[in-house]
Amino acid sequence: MTLDPVQLAVIQNGLKQVATEMDLVHEKTSFSPVISEGFDRSNGIYDRLTGDVIAQGEIGLPIFIGVMQFTTQEVIRLRRDLEPGDIVLINDPYLGGTHLMDVKMVTPFYYRGKHWCYLSNTGHWPDTGGMVPGGFNSTATEIQQEGLRIPPVKLYRRGEIDQDLLAMVLSNIRVPDERIGDIKAQVGAIKVGERRLTELLDRYGVETVDAAIVELKTRSERQMRAYIENVPDGTYHFTAYLDSDGVVFEKIAIRLDMKVAGSDIYFDFSKSDPPCAGPMNAPWASAKSAVYVAMKHIFPDVPINTGCFAPLHVAKPDGTFLVAEYPRPVAGAAAEVSQRVMESVFGAMAQAIPERMFAAPAGTSGNFSIGGWDPEAKRHYIMYMFSGGGYGGWWETDGLTNGCSSVGISKTQPIEILEQHYPILYEEYALREGSGGPGRHRGGFGVNYRVRLLRGTGKASFVMDHGVVGPPGIIGGGEGGRNEVAVCQSETVTWPEHVSKGEGYPLRPGDWVQVRTPGGGGYGDPRQRDPAAVQRDVAYGRISVEAARAEYGVVLAPSGEVDASGTAAARKGAHAA
Amino acid sequence: MSDWQVGVDVGGTFTDVVAVNPAAGSFRVGKVPSTAENQAHGVIAGLKSVDVPLDRVAAFVHATTVGTNAVLERKGVACGLITTRGFRDVLELGRRTRPNPYGMTGSFEAVIPRRLRLEVPERVDAAGRVLEPLDEGAVRTAVAELLRLGAEALVIHFIHAYANPAHELRAAAIARELWPTPYVTVGHEILREVREFERGSTAAVNAYIQPIISRYLSRLSGELGRNGFPHDLLIMQGNAGTMTVPTASDHAVQTVMSGPAAGALAAAQIGHEAGFRNVIACDMGGTSFDVSVIRDGVPAISAEKDIAYGVPVRVPMIDIHTIGAGGGSIARVDRAGILQVGPESAGSRPGPICYGRGGGEPTVTDANLVLGRLDPAAMAGVTEGVSIEAVREILLEKIGRPLGLDAVAAAAAIIAVATNHLGGAIRLVSIERGQDPRDFALFAFGGAGPLHATALAAELGVPQVLVPRFPGATSALGCILADVRHDYVRTVAVPLLDADASAAEAILAEQAALGRAAIESDAVPITGMVVQHEADLLFSGQSHVFRVPVSAPPFDRQQVMATFVRHYKERFDIELGEMRAMLTNLRTTVLGTRAKVPMTLFAPAGAGGAPAPRATRDVYFAGAWHKTPIYRRDVLLPGIELKGPAIVEQMDATTVVDPGARLRVDAIGNLIITVGARP
Repeated sequence: MTLDPVQLAVIQNGLKQVATEMDLVHEKTSFSPVISEGFDRSNGIYDRLTGDVIAQGEIGLPIFIGVMQFTTQEVIRLRRDLEPGDIVLINDPYLGGTHLMDVKMVTPFYYRGKHWCYLSNTGHWPDTGGMVPGGFNSTATEIQQEGLRIPPVKLYRRGEIDQDLLAMVLSNIRVPDERIGDIKAQVGAIKVGERRLTELLDRYGVETVDAAIVELKTRSERQMRAYIENVPDGTYHFTAYLDSDGVVFEKIAIRLDMKVAGSDIYFDFSKSDPPCAGPMNAPWASAKSAVYVAMKHIFPDVPINTGCFAPLHVAKPDGTFLVAEYPRPVAGAAAEVSQRVMESVFGAMAQAIPERMFAAPAGTSGNFSIGGWDPEAKRHYIMYMFSGGGYGGWWETDGLTNGCSSVGISKTQPIEILEQHYPILYEEYALREGSGGPGRHRGGFGVNYRVRLLRGTGKASFVMDHGVVGPPGIIGGGEGGRNEVAVCQSETVTWPEHVSKGEGYPLRPGDWVQVRTPGGGGYGDPRQRDPAAVQRDVAYGRISVEAARAEYGVVLAPSGEVDASGTAAARKGAHAA
Repeated sequence: MSDWQVGVDVGGTFTDVVAVNPAAGSFRVGKVPSTAENQAHGVIAGLKSVDVPLDRVAAFVHATTVGTNAVLERKGVACGLITTRGFRDVLELGRRTRPNPYGMTGSFEAVIPRRLRLEVPERVDAAGRVLEPLDEGAVRTAVAELLRLGAEALVIHFIHAYANPAHELRAAAIARELWPTPYVTVGHEILREVREFERGSTAAVNAYIQPIISRYLSRLSGELGRNGFPHDLLIMQGNAGTMTVPTASDHAVQTVMSGPAAGALAAAQIGHEAGFRNVIACDMGGTSFDVSVIRDGVPAISAEKDIAYGVPVRVPMIDIHTIGAGGGSIARVDRAGILQVGPESAGSRPGPICYGRGGGEPTVTDANLVLGRLDPAAMAGVTEGVSIEAVREILLEKIGRPLGLDAVAAAAAIIAVATNHLGGAIRLVSIERGQDPRDFALFAFGGAGPLHATALAAELGVPQVLVPRFPGATSALGCILADVRHDYVRTVAVPLLDADASAAEAILAEQAALGRAAIESDAVPITGMVVQHEADLLFSGQSHVFRVPVSAPPFDRQQVMATFVRHYKERFDIELGEMRAMLTNLRTTVLGTRAKVPMTLFAPAGAGGAPAPRATRDVYFAGAWHKTPIYRRDVLLPGIELKGPAIVEQMDATTVVDPGARLRVDAIGNLIITVGARP
């Protein structure tokens, strides 16, 4: 059937709205702060036969762009027995997943008695059991240590919750009473999706909506191809490094060969490192999704549906750490490995189209936790903090300071809220001076914070990255500042062996942890940076006078003004050398 | 004799004036171009246009965008910050975000630059205990340094000052001795609520615009005085209350969103008098579309506004959601061949093609013109337009050809997509606030609101549309209707059922007393005072607070709990009675009620026989041209009923009644349109 232009536009908008409404209800009713403050959730509509994404909320967490369809596809493959009112619960990373904390629900949606599509969603639960509260453990060597693994099981059968299964799940996780609230929120979002989708189909008719979905997929693909055609053909190589897996202190490499041919791109990761002992393995679903998210960041106006992925050919690199198999631990997959996969795509694309690219962002979720006992409140607690870092300089201007992770859109908790809830004191929460990678447009700055334990005992853990190699610059820009962690126990300061990762540092009152997060990479030759911008960075205390001279070739007079002739000489000298 | 009440709203394009004289039963409405460089000129010109002698004006209420614009354009004053050691970058770091979910680009400048942000030793913990005393010498040094660096306004913002403000108060006392201007903003005095970035940002915005607002208001007061106005000017707030000039000069941040708030207030009151207690107020102008939800005759209030990316303002305001869509929204065919309308806008300059100011991109207004909905000869603010043929040609070339449509079908497609987009946005706004739009009437105002309202209502399944007597002057009218208002908040953060009821009562009583004292010192003529208390609650573990009304004394914890559980169930259809409720904030609003202006004042005199159309025009609806009668608004007397299609024209707006819809003029002169079935 043929669709008129108005129908196409309104159905595109309508499908997107169904998913967005689900996202909103999910977020507003969740207990998990990772969902309500961190927006770590996603909702969408998936094809009845293939599981391909039809529409997904634009305010959902980016990494789920691909993941949700992969999960839905596994449910379709493994659960042939679904009936109306069934809701499948699943968090198995090896079945189209990320880490165990991302717990998904998948339900078949029926319209007038006929199975029409799947509605799926995912929410980050603060805990799924395992050896450390919260699931981010940098030293796990098998998945059982990371938490409860849930295969695709029916949490609801024909609209009725399975109390036995629920009890089984809740008995294996920490703070189970709040999770009941999260389950209700997740089911509530699905119910809203069912109602809105029914209204949409009532209004336009199944036949028209079906035709529109096919057409929208074609259009989305065409749009992505139109962009790719402007990328010069060729093969571009980029290697991105993770500091270590947390168990063996050795860099892990992602080696990407990206071939652009016409309107197709072929991503080959097969030369990447083999699986690692620690939790820095990635389920293939999350690594592949990271490629999609990276492309969406580069071309943000392409709508999310399976069409926009069609020109992106991502070969499964069996035998590498990007294809985690049971029982490899995967806690770092979503927060760290996926960001490094994206960095490799950004780096390769920067060689092809530097005029519309950005240098590497901080690229770590900056996961920091303290768990312990508060004698004043008489309770056990787990505190998390996810910190931001600088974004890369880009074609127009400098990178953002303290941006969130590239796979996420989550905010940090206010310091005052953290101090209300936990026996800790932040002595500093500041811009990390000097951390922006130098460049014509410099990288944004990371964050510098120090947190002290006030009472009781606690244990500090961190899963961060970019401590060994900083976020790289592009077209002559420099590296952003590297992640640094220092731990002070009984007035003795130590630096963790794995630089950015460490587990279970015992803290006593007065002990502290200092974290300095990475800055973004620089864009372009720093010696082409406007001297007035360098002078302002010095006046604002963001960079030192010495750095102005050494990195930017800008000489400042004692008055603070730019010394024009000194600057010209310094810049000329640098070029001659 | 003082008998007039005057409201003035300064918008981006026009300054609107409404003057009423309840005793004489008369009113006047005026519209003049806004004067961006000094809004006072436009205000005075507007007053002259309605020809009301200032010495006979009893109350003059003004909504201004001076402060909001200064933030958006980063044209506030040089502002210094003194804060807790270790935290000077809070305003620049924000909460680790980026401007858009996709795209790793964007930029941000804090309203106070880093070189003007200084730290002093002091620290209070979350319970309000002093961990490190305030270093008073360091405060003096910082003040001197900021003055040396040229700061005109000062912010004092300390960590956990909401829990114990002693250090902030002491530092402010020291600073005020040394600071040469009155512009010293103290964080907890603006907002006594937890969250250092949001509280600090609110205080910073206040200081950043305070001298500008203060100078503007004193200039305007002076002008008014010279022109014979014998009383104090009143200023509209974003919470839809009014305040005096001295209060506005101290609490400049309260002027943010004051114009839209006045519009929402007018919508609530007019809707209420017309028998619609639940309305969705839609204010559509040239570049933006403001939506607010009014339930039981009261506009919703929230404290979650971001004026711009990275600049939150957390004082309570009317909950207005702004969508970047208006008459100036540009239509284009994207790379995938799909028609998109907005968010880019041609604004008022160059504006739509038909304005003849050099605009070359097809807009919603151009589409309306081609479809016969707008009369090219009667467009407000346009002196020399472009021919319809020229507009049609561009529409065909940029939209029609790529989509395989002729110019008229392309224009109709633009309106259909724009309507769908706006409808979707309204639905999300109402759903996010827990309301189903179908339970509401649509209150359409602003220059472009009544043009689209009937189609929009059909899109949403809303049964009725209300178009007030003066759609383009609704915000100015709202100024006249506003009460004097002061809001207070205090963070407590304790489990509700363990809360100390007498402490809660003491906080609420203190806030009420502050409000009463403020209103007494305002010395504005009022008819009474009303005190309202609310509590922000959440279930332990959640982070979105939920606000419920409370009464005190006595502060009955069980009753508050029951109210919370009930409201939560209504809102989300989820029962969480087994969870532990936390009492987060206690809020108090104190209103000084002003004499009510009856809306019957605006009712056109006489009663309706069948009105005669001014003309008929071919207008395009749902795929066909219809011979459509065009009426002047002032011939539509109470009691008249008409069937669509029809078009109603007045100075500041055009109302479109689609085929299948019916129009009735109510007793106070509003157009009530009953929407037909969705096309």
